[in-house]
Amino acid sequence: MRLKCSTAQYDEPVEQRDAPRLQLRDASVGYGGAPIVRNVSLDVPDGALTVLVGPNGSGKSTLMKAMARVLRLDAGNILLDGRPIGQLPTRQVARRLALLPQGPVAPEGLRVRELVAQGRFPHQSLLRQWSRRDADAVEAAMEAADVAQFAERPVSDLSGGQRQRCWIAMVLAQETGLLLLDEPATFLDLKVQVDLMQLLRRIAKQEGRTVVVVLHELNVAAAFADHLVMMQDGRIRAEGCVDAVFNAANLAKVFGLDATVVRDPVSGRPVCVPRVEPAVLHTPRIAAE
Amino acid sequence: MIVPLERPGLSSLAPLLGIAAVSLAFAWHISVGARSIPLHVVVEALLSYDPALFDHVVVVDLRLPRALLAALVGAALAVAGALMQGVTRNPLAEPGILGLLVGASFAVVVVVGVFDLTSPTLIPLVAAVGAVLAAGAVWGIAAAAPGGAAPLTLILAGAAVMAFLAALVTVASLLDEQTFEQLRVWMTGSLAGAQNEVLKWALPWFGAGLIVALAVARQVTALAMGEETAIGLGTDVVRLKALSLFAVVALTAAAVALAGPMGFVGLVVPHAVRLLVGQDYRRIVPWSALAGAGYLLVIDVVARLLLAPVEISTGLVTALIGAPIFVWLVRTRL
Repeated sequence: MRLKCSTAQYDEPVEQRDAPRLQLRDASVGYGGAPIVRNVSLDVPDGALTVLVGPNGSGKSTLMKAMARVLRLDAGNILLDGRPIGQLPTRQVARRLALLPQGPVAPEGLRVRELVAQGRFPHQSLLRQWSRRDADAVEAAMEAADVAQFAERPVSDLSGGQRQRCWIAMVLAQETGLLLLDEPATFLDLKVQVDLMQLLRRIAKQEGRTVVVVLHELNVAAAFADHLVMMQDGRIRAEGCVDAVFNAANLAKVFGLDATVVRDPVSGRPVCVPRVEPAVLHTPRIAAE
Repeated sequence: MIVPLERPGLSSLAPLLGIAAVSLAFAWHISVGARSIPLHVVVEALLSYDPALFDHVVVVDLRLPRALLAALVGAALAVAGALMQGVTRNPLAEPGILGLLVGASFAVVVVVGVFDLTSPTLIPLVAAVGAVLAAGAVWGIAAAAPGGAAPLTLILAGAAVMAFLAALVTVASLLDEQTFEQLRVWMTGSLAGAQNEVLKWALPWFGAGLIVALAVARQVTALAMGEETAIGLGTDVVRLKALSLFAVVALTAAAVALAGPMGFVGLVVPHAVRLLVGQDYRRIVPWSALAGAGYLLVIDVVARLLLAPVEISTGLVTALIGAPIFVWLVRTRL
């Protein structure tokens, strides 16, 4: 697969709107004290997989919470379909934007199908009850996230990766154009992480949804991102397509990481290899004697 | 109400069976007493009342109010407990353990005992104010503790507030023994002494609390998965918490005004209900109301039969059953 670069994400005029669905304008946000994230502006490309990376405490999760209106902005604006997200009724936002928070916990004994059905919450009300349409959305979401075979089992019985796929099915069932996922891959085996990212890329590419993910693993981010955002100290330090952003200079600047960036011969994607000081070779004395 | 899923083993007949079981408990509750009245006579008295028959008069005038009381108080406390557990995501939350019951009864004791105000119209309101203040104190103490209002911190704060208020009640009762002699039984949680007048004034509180609880149930299910998840799904969390607090306080106030502090009902019943109907509060709330009513009806019969002809306070029996279950929950859920 050839990487599209710079403005290449915007080269599909059929699917593009005038402006991206989610835009950040000078957004500052924190937890009551001094803002953690300061003056961040970002256009989230539609129909693509955007990955936020950054060292611990860089504000990437805080920024995501602001995008999902969990945190109120101290200053600036976040626009959803052109309107400030804080001014829209929360249920209306939930029909356009879904959030999977970090380390979500399912109540004990909740079955997979029941969890996924929660995704239909914003489409229901006291008057508008469960319908055929809701049931279909739940089935489709379970199929897409490959959890249909566990439908009747309690979520707590499943492995970490399977459980995470159930939560992704829940946000898929919400049928929103925008999906925000806060560290969905943390604490999972590499193989499970890769499967999960493949699922998210499929969602972005095949269904044309806009997906934003906070990730820890740099190489996983580089392998899957369409658009990569590097944060440090509450600001965006580098942003763009992976080829443009994922280089040794940025890794040193943002992460303080001394690494060589090489290219995966199969995918053409960049891969970072941290530079390790060669171990000092001692000739064992005993052997020498 | 249409629900998305039918659980295996819970057919559409279940609500009918539940109502039938509670009705049976209701009739049994009425039939038991100093003079045992056969079940069919109880049913006759309720369905075609004949004032010429002595048994019918006993059923309708003497025993029916107490059965209604037991059903109401049980339903109120069970629903309040279910809501508190869902909203705080704390399996041990309950009006008794988090200090609402003792706060409400303390307020009633002060107003009745010290200010000599006995108007039945005001008692539920006084109880509600007491419940809110005690809940605020418990939450404030817990939130100020290192680590914040974690489940165990809340329970410790509840225990502290409870001990403090109980001591104040004791002091007050020593100062005015005569008035407090009448309140002594009420303070242990009793269904024996309530007047129909209080019942009339507690009923609107009960009704309002139950309606709000049923209305927010769907959102409580979302909140039980964590605050961020709930916001993501489009829940207005602040509004939901305010409405839930109102429902819990109204239900607790109604229960306390009628029967004094009846501990552990709000803990035992919702947990039992969850085992049967799962985690969806659209089911948990109505089933808790039904099961709570049935539970307290049966407990009240036990309280009267256990050491007959001596009657034990119903609240003592709920505590005897509830305390071991509390210990079990601490060991398995925390």
